[in-house]
Amino acid sequence: MTASSKILPVMTIVALIVAIWYACVVWMNAPFEYDQAERAKIEPPAFSELVNRTMAQERPVLPAPHQVFVEIYKTTVLKKITSKRSLVYHSWITLSATLLGFLIGTALGVTLAIGIVHNLAMDKSVMPWVITSQTIPILAIAPMIIVVLNAVGISGLLPKALISTYLSFFPVVVGMVKGLRSPDRAQLDLMHTYSASKSQTFWKLRWPSSMPYLFTSLKIAVAISLVGAIVGEMPTGAVAGLGARLLAGSYYGQTIQIWSALFMAAALAAVLVMIVGFAHSYVLKRMGEKPQGAVA
Amino acid sequence: MAETVVSAQDLSLTFETNDGPVHALSQVNLDVHQGDFVSFIGPSGCGKTTFLRVIADLEKPTGGSISVNGMAPEQARQARAYGYVFQAASLLPWRTIEKNIAVPLEIMGYERKDREERIKRVLDLVDLTNFEKKYPWQLSGGMQQRASIARALAFDADLLLMDEPFGALDEIVRDHLNEQLLKLWDTTNKTICFVTHSIPEAVYLSTKIVVMSPRPGRVTDVIDSTLPKERPLDIRETSEFLAIAARVRDGLRAGHSYEE
Repeated sequence: MTASSKILPVMTIVALIVAIWYACVVWMNAPFEYDQAERAKIEPPAFSELVNRTMAQERPVLPAPHQVFVEIYKTTVLKKITSKRSLVYHSWITLSATLLGFLIGTALGVTLAIGIVHNLAMDKSVMPWVITSQTIPILAIAPMIIVVLNAVGISGLLPKALISTYLSFFPVVVGMVKGLRSPDRAQLDLMHTYSASKSQTFWKLRWPSSMPYLFTSLKIAVAISLVGAIVGEMPTGAVAGLGARLLAGSYYGQTIQIWSALFMAAALAAVLVMIVGFAHSYVLKRMGEKPQGAVA
Repeated sequence: MAETVVSAQDLSLTFETNDGPVHALSQVNLDVHQGDFVSFIGPSGCGKTTFLRVIADLEKPTGGSISVNGMAPEQARQARAYGYVFQAASLLPWRTIEKNIAVPLEIMGYERKDREERIKRVLDLVDLTNFEKKYPWQLSGGMQQRASIARALAFDADLLLMDEPFGALDEIVRDHLNEQLLKLWDTTNKTICFVTHSIPEAVYLSTKIVVMSPRPGRVTDVIDSTLPKERPLDIRETSEFLAIAARVRDGLRAGHSYEE
């Protein structure tokens, strides 16, 4: 499917979502307007007036899309990025933890996968723990990581990054174990007939074979790293970052602020996944991958 | 008598499976001499591929003895005594043809300049000059298999082990490659062990045909070919050729494996 043939279906869905959203805005924010009218002992507004008012509340139950976008515009373009009220500033706080956590998670994941593939004892002992680690709710473990690290004098970026690491190493381990084991019997036999060492087999066969698996895992890992960083900011009283914005927004009923932080997080995730996607296609192209639909 | 390259005495290999032992090879006695072209033919399960894998130290025998160039298979493998060609070309898809041929050379530590010369020479041998910069997917199945033969020829192994290398190719390509292989065998003076399912292929190529039968995998007949070394494709219509083919067929039938 080419990019242009995708635009119409995607835009149709977007239009549908926006339409439903606006309908919900009226429906969910109307009770407040009726309530106000009742308190002021005046007649409730006519429908067209009601619709206008539901889309201009200061603390709506559900903000209208344009309110969110105006808020995002005001807090990104119109604010200096050093300002504590700038969404760019908060995004950067979260992004830096995300990227650090992603890097550590990737390194850890790849290292564990290499160990698991080459060492039977590690295969039997580490893999079950890797899987178990993901059954523990991250919300439960995040405050503990922050508190414990704080007690030993580590605070700031690293504890949040480690929560990202905790989530992101998992898809990398699973993907890379599969990738490093993807060479078929004949290819491994061939290496054996050359009396290749383990490291030669690794660099000439296993590692290149695992590249498609690695990038697929990285796409999941980078998105989940962002989730980890945001979660790391929420239960710990962080004052900056998208997680802190979400939390502060909910304390003070600033729904527009919550939604704009949410949109920022989604946009950030999309950009990160796209960057990994570009790296993916670049590397596979460099590796001489057969182009889609090509015939020899 | 030429030097003995492979020598097997009472060679047996039994796989232990959940359904009980499988006798892949039973009491195989065979000598392969320098410069021989030996074909192994027989139905599935007769142990012909297993025998090749034992020579290559890809399987360990459970009984009897085998020597390759006078050494144990493991030492022979470490001494890089043989090149192995599998049924699938097994080229690395992320390497060009020349880089694929370079894989064993890199592993064995040949210098860059030496590598380049060798790659050029073997590509010429298999008629793939000008395709060195192509990726495997850009080549037909027959060309891929030629590249994998070039890869096995690139280092100095005097023994070439080929496991149904042309099994997945159509007959016209197969005829062509058979002709090329004979020429290559003639110019390089290698010893070749060749596993096949096809009677005409075995008779056309070989100086010695080993007929095998399954359950247990064993040698039922060893036929020394009387055909001349010079073999045009139409030799396959001569009475001499047909007589050898008939003997192979009889040998296969005596193993009465197809009726089971």
